Amino acid sequence: MAGTDPIHQFVIEDMIPIHLGGDGTAGSGLNFSFTNSSLFMVLTVAAITTFVLLASSKRSLVPSRLQLSGELLYEFVANMLRSSAGKEGMKFFPFVFSLFTFVLFANLFGLVPYFFTVTSHIIVTVALAVLVMTVVIGYGFFRHGPKFLKLFVPAGVPGYVLPIVVPIEIISFLSRPVSLSVRLFGNILAGHITLKVFAGFVVSLGALGWLGWLGAILPLIMTVAITALEFLVAAVQAYVFAVLTSMYLNDAVHPSH
Amino acid sequence: MVTQAYAQEAVTPAEEHVTVDGTTGAVDATHADPTADTHATTEAHDGGHSDVFPPFDPATFPSQLLWLAISFAALYLLMSKLALPRVGSILEERKARIDADIAAADASRQKTDAAIAAYEAALAAAKAKAQGIAAETGDAIKTELATKRKAVEADLASKVTSAEARIAATKAAAMSHVDEIAAETAQTVVTQLVGDVSADSVRAAVAKASKE
Amino acid sequence: MEAEAAKFIGAGIATLGMAGAALGVSNIFSNFLSGALRNPSAAPSQTGNLIFGMAMTEALGIFSFLVALILLFVA
Repeated sequence: MAGTDPIHQFVIEDMIPIHLGGDGTAGSGLNFSFTNSSLFMVLTVAAITTFVLLASSKRSLVPSRLQLSGELLYEFVANMLRSSAGKEGMKFFPFVFSLFTFVLFANLFGLVPYFFTVTSHIIVTVALAVLVMTVVIGYGFFRHGPKFLKLFVPAGVPGYVLPIVVPIEIISFLSRPVSLSVRLFGNILAGHITLKVFAGFVVSLGALGWLGWLGAILPLIMTVAITALEFLVAAVQAYVFAVLTSMYLNDAVHPSH
Repeated sequence: MVTQAYAQEAVTPAEEHVTVDGTTGAVDATHADPTADTHATTEAHDGGHSDVFPPFDPATFPSQLLWLAISFAALYLLMSKLALPRVGSILEERKARIDADIAAADASRQKTDAAIAAYEAALAAAKAKAQGIAAETGDAIKTELATKRKAVEADLASKVTSAEARIAATKAAAMSHVDEIAAETAQTVVTQLVGDVSADSVRAAVAKASKE
Repeated sequence: MEAEAAKFIGAGIATLGMAGAALGVSNIFSNFLSGALRNPSAAPSQTGNLIFGMAMTEALGIFSFLVALILLFVA
């Protein structure tokens, strides 16, 4: 039954148990075990590092295909950040590049059968979004001091509207990490569940004999189409995550908009 | 569909146990951990949370947060200290190289332009010089010709005048002889007609006749 | 009514919110297409905005999906 269960793919299993605290009884304390999720986080980092280092190992003037793809990735993120946050925002380039590649590679890894999808767990996306907002707020106050609060007071708005506009701005600012994390999490989760449900149709129809086999063609085609769509979603969500990060960083760099 | 599957999972927790236990056991064996304790923990964990949707299971949060922090920090450090400077330096190197090449090409083009300009200037100068030389030579030839012609003309003119003088002298001489011839002729004619006549009277008659 | 049944009904109603997201996303793409056909040369520079707007709109549909999930598994 676990084969066709669309939720089973999200189960986290301990691989190297590490438990801290608690009174020794089961379920107490904090579970810091090395899990399948951790394994794929490490694999993601390893894959990104290998890719970028391999791509830049030759240092040839006329790039090979691998080097060109690495350079395209670099230029893509650099242009995205430069167009959103300006030249001053380029000091966050390694941060945005790490975020983009991490999300992208984690999403793409998740599409390989039997691989765990790191970004399908809300705590991971929330942690990334909170990290982004921490960097934005931290750098904003570090760079501009109290002037950073001008972010909530749009320029050119007449004074009597401010009591309405400022709370709206604050709420929209506070909802950013929520929407940022839930968007990524929801897209990936929904995509994987849909994929698994349709793949499950194939299995359960196939068990019904030859008529079932015939009927299973439709969900099979659907599965293939959804897989292609999920590749698009994986890339688009990584892009959106990085673009929004760049825009939020722009607020930290230039708070008065 | 989600609900149905979820229900299926809830109905068959035993199968879940087997899988999880098998994996954990294998890993444990390689790492020589106290197997009994882990089994108990895993079982309890699994049994306690099997009805929780895995992405919302708070029991997995500490582990995920810790490993996310470790892996993302490692990624950030690797990217910012090692990988991105390398890629950036490659791109900058290429940009510098291309800019230098373009500058070199510009410089050579300017050189070429200068060379072409110099060549054209030299050509123009040479042309002007050639024209100058041609004009000078023409002038010299003209003046020479003119002097020569003048000399020849003067020579010719002197020859003509001397010839004219000679002709005039000859004419005058001839004219002086005419009287004598006429006198002789007249004496002969008169002698034949009249007889002897003195030469002096004939001469006087001729002179008288030629004066009329 | 049982609480369990109410959860399922609520989850089902929550998914209706995705209809709005569907309308929004289709609106974005149809407007982009009509704009792109009017001025094809400007279209490639706006694909970033297209994808961005699509993701922003789609997120709202994802929220209703999330509400359904929470009703099913958490609440």
